Amino acid sequence: MTKPWSRFAAPASFYPLAGRLIPVFWVLAAAFILIALYWGFFQTPDQLGGSNAQKDYYRIIFIHVGTAWMSMWLYAVLVAWAAVGLVFKTRLSFMMANAIAPTGAIFTFLALWTGAIWGRPSWGTYWDWDPRLTSELILFFLYIGYIALHSAIDDSRRADRAAALLAIVGLVMVPVIFWSINCPDPNQCAALHQRSGLGKVDGNILFAMLTMTLGLWMYSFATTLMRVRGIILTREAEAAWVQDLVRAQARGS
Amino acid sequence: MLQVAKLECRRGDRLLFCGLDFQIEAGTLLHVRGRNGSGKTTLLRTLCGLFTQDSGEVRWKGESIRTLAEDFRRDLLYLGHLNGIKGDLTGVENLRLAATLDGDRVGRDALWAALGRLGLAGFEDLPTRMLSQGQKKRVALARLILSRAPLWVLDEPFTALDLDAVDLLQGLIAGHVAAGGLTVLTTHQAVPLTSGQARHLDLGA
Amino acid sequence: MFTVFWSVLHRDLLLAMRRRTDVLTTLFFFVIVVSLFPLGVGTERAVLRVLGPGVVWVAALLASMLALERLFAADYEDGTLEQLLLTDQPLVLLTLAKVTAHWLLTGLPLVLIAPLVGMQYHLTDSSVAVMMLSLLLGTPVLSLIGAIGAALTLGLRGGGILLALLILPLYIPVLVYGAGAVTVGAASLGEAQPYLTLLAAFLVAALALAPLACAAALRISIE
Repeated sequence: MTKPWSRFAAPASFYPLAGRLIPVFWVLAAAFILIALYWGFFQTPDQLGGSNAQKDYYRIIFIHVGTAWMSMWLYAVLVAWAAVGLVFKTRLSFMMANAIAPTGAIFTFLALWTGAIWGRPSWGTYWDWDPRLTSELILFFLYIGYIALHSAIDDSRRADRAAALLAIVGLVMVPVIFWSINCPDPNQCAALHQRSGLGKVDGNILFAMLTMTLGLWMYSFATTLMRVRGIILTREAEAAWVQDLVRAQARGS
Repeated sequence: MLQVAKLECRRGDRLLFCGLDFQIEAGTLLHVRGRNGSGKTTLLRTLCGLFTQDSGEVRWKGESIRTLAEDFRRDLLYLGHLNGIKGDLTGVENLRLAATLDGDRVGRDALWAALGRLGLAGFEDLPTRMLSQGQKKRVALARLILSRAPLWVLDEPFTALDLDAVDLLQGLIAGHVAAGGLTVLTTHQAVPLTSGQARHLDLGA
Repeated sequence: MFTVFWSVLHRDLLLAMRRRTDVLTTLFFFVIVVSLFPLGVGTERAVLRVLGPGVVWVAALLASMLALERLFAADYEDGTLEQLLLTDQPLVLLTLAKVTAHWLLTGLPLVLIAPLVGMQYHLTDSSVAVMMLSLLLGTPVLSLIGAIGAALTLGLRGGGILLALLILPLYIPVLVYGAGAVTVGAASLGEAQPYLTLLAAFLVAALALAPLACAAALRISIE
């Protein structure tokens, strides 16, 4: 416990640090998201022009792609924290994994929701078994499974470790699952040929998408840290420093 | 032989004990005492490696039981609150399976003899679910006779036993300790065994 | 090592023989689910032929999962599971023995009953052959992956439904290629070969990895 980085691994010292960081991330999140929305709605060209029905609908891409990217990235981060927790037995890592899950699930849900809204004008249906949408749905199930298993176990230590193991198993399976959805016929993966390269995308659109993703990332930091503070207080309710904190707040109000 | 260093265990978010240090050598009986909920069972399970401590270490012959893993488990016999016997199997089948899993090849005669010594003569061939609580416990205890493990960890071994069986079990444990074995046990019953040469460890809740 | 593997396997088979209804329940569940579909979607031959492969595989998924709940539960309740964890044998091996027994009791019967189901759905002979092969390769994967979930949900309230939530998404690859094999197998056996190769690859990977995860899950849950 003498290494400098491990100082903040203790919930007692992480709690105030997180408290100071949260406002910063909220400001950054708001700034990036507003810029991205402005750029996406007013500074990007009409994608298809003319009388095409898709003319303006495509702008939902700025929310859809950002949430979809973040939902996948957050699952990787969740698994990383879970793995760190299992290896180094640090309770804070499990708390982080635990705090990320709801944000990840919300992003997954948003990606599905916006995908359905976008699908209606472009495909003529809310739901088509598009491989990417289906993969997102499976990711949503994985998040829900993690959250459900964690909340079903009363003993917090077992809950942490069991859910962490489940998340790791999920991550190992994810490539196989996504691949099987993409290529139901092992001889040809039709869906993979449809993949659009980022290089072909208009610079303005790309800028708006990336800024939005950055904004959502900052938002994830803010909500995760808030949630982790709540978890720390519940878990460490017996600890002296929490008792002091509660007393100090009671005096203050 | 068995050494516990700075052991800290939590159940959920509740601290059971911390900074626990002790060491016991061959030929020792350790009686762990404490109120309900003081962490006796958790300590015993930690000694077996079933429960992972929050910090500290359990060492067997100078090495951590985590590193020894299977080598440690070979030297260990644990009997917990649950008897660890299958209700649909007979006493003999249960005992044979337990012995095989312990790595012992035990002949049929030895199995019957062990059950007979625990007063189960005539019940060896019945599915154990037909037996009474005390008889089931006896089937589980029959493993003590066959076992060659030097370390016995027994959680409340005297519950549900009648007076004869209590005496028999005391004899078995005393014999094991006299032969250079180690025994760690918990019990709330006052038995002569634990008031004699035994060492005591008190867990304060 | 093999003595121990064998004795755990033998024990579980012996126990199942003393409680035969448990084994038959899974099998009949499978048969009932498969038989209900034609009543729901109509008995048109062409429709059934299209639906057959998917229905059989979904029913196999559900049947395998239903039985998984009891895989470790009984041993957990009577304390034999913690004794298994304390033997001087690798837990991975013991887990593998238990899963093998489980598959012999719940997976293999499904493979054997497949021709009967094929008749219900008017599948061609080569389809039925492919179905048996794909079930033979796929159901052990289901048991292996499902065992991880069974170990994680050990002793929890509502464990069965939770197990379904955790495990069903992980069953997707087996479902996709299992059902796919039967569909393309309608024409000839050769068409299904890439699918079966993939299922075999899944089986090898699951045999190598799942027992490790399952053993780790058991150690977490037994505390």
